[in-house]
Amino acid sequence: MNENKAVQVRRLADNARIETLRMLATLGNGHVGGSLSVCDALAVLYSGRLKHDPQNPQWEGRDYLVLSKGHAGPALYATLALRGFFPLETLQTLNRVGTILPSHCDRLKTPGIDMTTGSLGQGISAALGMALGLKAQQKPNRVYAIIGDGEMQEGQVWEVLLAAPNKGADNLIVLVDDNGQQVCDFTRNINDIGDPAVKAAAFGWHTETCDGHDPAAIDAAIQACLDAKMPGFIRLKTVKGKGWAAMEGVVANHAMKGLTAQIVAEPIAQLTAALEEKEEA
Amino acid sequence: MIDVISAVTADPIAMREAYAETLLHLAEENPRVVDLEADLGASVSMNGFARCFPDRFFDMGIQEQNMVSTAAGMAAVGLIPFAHSFGSFITRRACDQIYLSAGYAKCPVKLVGSDPGVCGALNGGTHQSNEDIALMRSVPNIVIVEPADTVSLQWTLINAANDDRLFYIRLQRAENVRLYQDGKTFAFGRANLLRPGCDVTLMCLGSLMADETLKAAEMLRNEGIEARVLDMFTVKPLDTEAVLAAARETGAIVAVENHSIIGGLGSAVAETLAEAGAGVPFARIGIRDRVGEVGTSAELRTVMGMTSADIYAAAKNAISQKR
Repeated sequence: MNENKAVQVRRLADNARIETLRMLATLGNGHVGGSLSVCDALAVLYSGRLKHDPQNPQWEGRDYLVLSKGHAGPALYATLALRGFFPLETLQTLNRVGTILPSHCDRLKTPGIDMTTGSLGQGISAALGMALGLKAQQKPNRVYAIIGDGEMQEGQVWEVLLAAPNKGADNLIVLVDDNGQQVCDFTRNINDIGDPAVKAAAFGWHTETCDGHDPAAIDAAIQACLDAKMPGFIRLKTVKGKGWAAMEGVVANHAMKGLTAQIVAEPIAQLTAALEEKEEA
Repeated sequence: MIDVISAVTADPIAMREAYAETLLHLAEENPRVVDLEADLGASVSMNGFARCFPDRFFDMGIQEQNMVSTAAGMAAVGLIPFAHSFGSFITRRACDQIYLSAGYAKCPVKLVGSDPGVCGALNGGTHQSNEDIALMRSVPNIVIVEPADTVSLQWTLINAANDDRLFYIRLQRAENVRLYQDGKTFAFGRANLLRPGCDVTLMCLGSLMADETLKAAEMLRNEGIEARVLDMFTVKPLDTEAVLAAARETGAIVAVENHSIIGGLGSAVAETLAEAGAGVPFARIGIRDRVGEVGTSAELRTVMGMTSADIYAAAKNAISQKR
């Protein structure tokens, strides 16, 4: 990825952060930390890696994305809106009765959402089914799944880690948004995952580890997985709450309450200033 | 019309062979049909399928939860996945996966749970699915079917494959059971009349209970009591018309199932009767509020109070309470 492209991707990621904060502030509560940490990975995927057509979300030639950490739905909704899947104004309907944007991803409600998630561990498993199902039909589409590090405490994740290499799911890439935190505390203090890449490698995956906020690094990791022609597993080292300086790495940033336009004005101003700097550069 | 052989008779092939043969035919006709197992494929004779369609047979190993979500993912990309394990494991263990990945997400997997209720027999109570229907009934829009013989099983599999809904199919695998004539057609949500009658209605589910129920009807006939016998076939959606007609026309009902009396066929029938204000004498035959235990299927039917004699007694009692 050249520097120009990286700047573009960063811009998409930071705009998604801004939209995510605005969206969460409309009702005042939601999953802030885990949404902000995954924006860069989403921006890389939607800047060329993931075949998609905003005008035709059900396009048969698309690659599939399963946001297994479904609570980060707002970040994905922001990215999809910025990519033109639906109008930006729709973001303001998050979690309102009858919305197409529920807290956790729903494949039946939202254009561009390929799988319903929210009960952790199931999305990665459905992604495996999509990958195997596409292979069984001799289709070239790829499947990407994004899981959280806390999600890796679910046994079903390990069922997939065992099964995917054994079943030859070489069209599947799993990205772990390893932000080191879960609802109540740091993951290491609750039930430590350790280095998930080391463990996935032991299960037979091609693994990569990179800075989850560096578009070029994420992109290179995806390319390395594609070149390996085996199930790919990318450990994204991220910061929960990335982009909201005051909340980065703070335990209370998982599901926040009492958010207002005033409260999110500061991080939005910081992100906007950073975007302007990029423009000037 | 009653397209039945008068009593449960032996089919030359066991239910599991009919199951495996039908899936093989389906797979030959439709490239979208795939099968998933959790290390119990051999128990339903799927070795032939695995040999003929190695690229469409997925033995996930002992991973019921992963199997169900994987099957849901396959359905999401256009396949028609059948996913099988013992009823106890696929429903109890993978309940949330069924609810969310398959049900909530509308990924129409065809779930197959074998060895329902006392059919778990010598594997014992841990392997007996006495509450699978209760769990599955609460999954929105699922279709729950328990075919009573090879003919209805084959019809069920063929028509479930062509149906865009999530299914839970209860499969008695070991028995050689024949109840219906070849070529009989069925409908999901429609009960099948096994014998006409006007004094009481016995509503049964599955081949084991059809057998016991038809025997009970014969015992009643010896006393001049004509029992209507319905193979309910589909628990969800329930044939409420048949239930209410039975209440109206026979005035007493006994629901008979190889399942807990809590949350299964008897509960569904009771809900229908109560909401309609039918007010007829009603009894449930099934496993009471208890766990299973080890024994042959016949021994367990006796222990659990699910024999023809138990059904006969419940029918007599219900008739005696008629106004």
